[in-house]
Amino acid sequence: MEITSATPPGPPPPRKTSRAGDRIFLGLSRGSGILLLVIMAAIAVFLTVRATSALSKNEGDFFTTFEWAANSTPPKFGIAVLAFGTVVSSLIAMLIAVPVAIGIALFISHYAPRKLAAPLSYVIDLLAAVPSIVYGLWGALFLVPHLGGLYTWLNDYFGWTGIFAYQGGAARSLFTIGILLAIMILPIVTSVSREVFLQAPKMHEEAALALGATRWEVIRMSVLPFGRSGVISASMLGLGRALGETMAVATVLSPSFTIGKSLLDPGGGTFAQNIASSFKESGEIGKDALIASGLVLFVLTLLVNGAARLIIARRKEYTA
Amino acid sequence: MSDVTMDSTVVADSTPLPSYTLRQPRLPRWAPAALAAAAVAIGVGIGLGAGLGSRIQWGLIAAVVFVAGMFALAARVEGLRQAKDRLATSMVWVCFLLAVVPLVSLIWETVSRGAKVLDGNFLSHSMAGVLTIQPGGGVYHAVIGTLEQVGIATAIAAPIGLLTAIYLVEYGRGKLAKAVTFFVDVMTGIPSIVAGLFVLSFWILMMDNGYSGFAGSMALAILMMPVVVRSTEEMLKLVPNELREASYALGVPKWRTILKVVLPTAIGGIATGVMLSVARIAGESAPIVLLVFGSQVINNNPFEGAQSSLPYYIYEQWAAGNEASYDRAWAAALVLIAFVMILNLVARGIARWKAPKAGR
Repeated sequence: MEITSATPPGPPPPRKTSRAGDRIFLGLSRGSGILLLVIMAAIAVFLTVRATSALSKNEGDFFTTFEWAANSTPPKFGIAVLAFGTVVSSLIAMLIAVPVAIGIALFISHYAPRKLAAPLSYVIDLLAAVPSIVYGLWGALFLVPHLGGLYTWLNDYFGWTGIFAYQGGAARSLFTIGILLAIMILPIVTSVSREVFLQAPKMHEEAALALGATRWEVIRMSVLPFGRSGVISASMLGLGRALGETMAVATVLSPSFTIGKSLLDPGGGTFAQNIASSFKESGEIGKDALIASGLVLFVLTLLVNGAARLIIARRKEYTA
Repeated sequence: MSDVTMDSTVVADSTPLPSYTLRQPRLPRWAPAALAAAAVAIGVGIGLGAGLGSRIQWGLIAAVVFVAGMFALAARVEGLRQAKDRLATSMVWVCFLLAVVPLVSLIWETVSRGAKVLDGNFLSHSMAGVLTIQPGGGVYHAVIGTLEQVGIATAIAAPIGLLTAIYLVEYGRGKLAKAVTFFVDVMTGIPSIVAGLFVLSFWILMMDNGYSGFAGSMALAILMMPVVVRSTEEMLKLVPNELREASYALGVPKWRTILKVVLPTAIGGIATGVMLSVARIAGESAPIVLLVFGSQVINNNPFEGAQSSLPYYIYEQWAAGNEASYDRAWAAALVLIAFVMILNLVARGIARWKAPKAGR
């Protein structure tokens, strides 16, 4: 307001103070941007420092040892089982979740009645907010008892493949984890894919309809090709979530340091689950060993998420 | 409706003879619903007849019967192209149901089992002096812990996130801005347990501080920052450039323009973004396990000593593994879900109420 009174006669006098204000404000905002970068760098540095101190004391090979005895003397631990469990359970989750999520996204964007579509996408977004520990509780107390029958059936008809052999007992296996993770990543994959499908050019769809295409042909010819890269990056974001999921896995899995021949065998473990479950019994070296395994998880999710973001960025340039 | 009219015109165009018999036969409108009912009946029938234990199988059988039946029926009556269309439609519906069933079941289980022990006593008492196998006890200490930890995390993350977003939108040019944008994206994907390990390694292991609510807040703040940056950035981009230009033309310096013109215009969306991110971190339990350690008693001081939090409490009660503690876990889950959902609904309410009028 003081500026209006100052403007009429030639050069504006309050300029000096406002410059100072500008400089402070720019400094603050740029500073917090830099702080974010520093935090990212600090995460990498601190984890690496602690991890190397643990690795130097490790008696076993970090990548191939089937054991996690970081607290015994001499400490001996390896991530083979954890890496296997993390990757396998996340891949199962992807195999289940991505097709279903594409289906739901298409349902919301192209199939559902108009009045239903808006509240539905709202509900899907709300479901992304359900805390993971609640999924874990539900998985352990509701899903696990209900999966026994399905696994017996899988064993009867697909048991010969080896990977679906089932001996009975509580269904606390990697496959159960995969199903639970699939349910958990559904909302994020769905909402990103839905956005992409909604952006598909209306002209293409109408042109296809005008040529007499059925609804499915419209989707196959104009919507899916347009949305392919978006769906890929959505799946990678979901994969990143699944890789790092902790508490839901920790509540459902009965951990053991073996790699079962069958996906339905109880046991196995994931990086995040192992950190959460064995943290409280860990001493100094044990904690450093867990940090080392966390570093591997960090790098893994960084690669997956970075790839997803690059795909999105390239698509943006392409469509802009 | 539109399908029917469209198909008839297609037929009329491609065949010069306007013959009535060439009209494509179609299944009646009630056919999918009837087939769905039949499929459910068959699924239940087979399930009961074969004595299959799990309801999941009944549902899967019904789904397969419905999809296959629809395809066969349509292929017989309407032809292959229409049948493929029907197949896709029924697959999409089945996908939708497949997703809805577990989610409804999750909400149903939580509400019905949680309501059993949820009362005023549960909300106003801690677990001090209560054995895990006894009924009774409550979540008061966990609610205090959650509120304090989330509050501190918000106080750290919201200003930093807000300023970063302002930097990216209002000032950001060149390499630094590009790097910040990229790493904010990457940071959104950091697993919560890794953020926990980071704070553990520098705050507790290297600087030798004890477990405390504040340590947990730092990890939560790391998880919250990128979410705040992302949503604030989107909102600031929606503010029409004309407003900024008008303000500059009046000689208002840039920082005052941002504070008095840009931020008030976007404040609704920014508040929504912050509340959504609060809802996200309120449910995090992994960093709490590593940094806050958990406690059975009330600890009002977040800077000293172990605390509890709602997600951690659920985990702890689940791990105790008996009926009384399961009941408490479900009730706490209900409290947590209600808290998160209310935050979400309020946030979306603000978004609708204060939505910026899009300039272009």
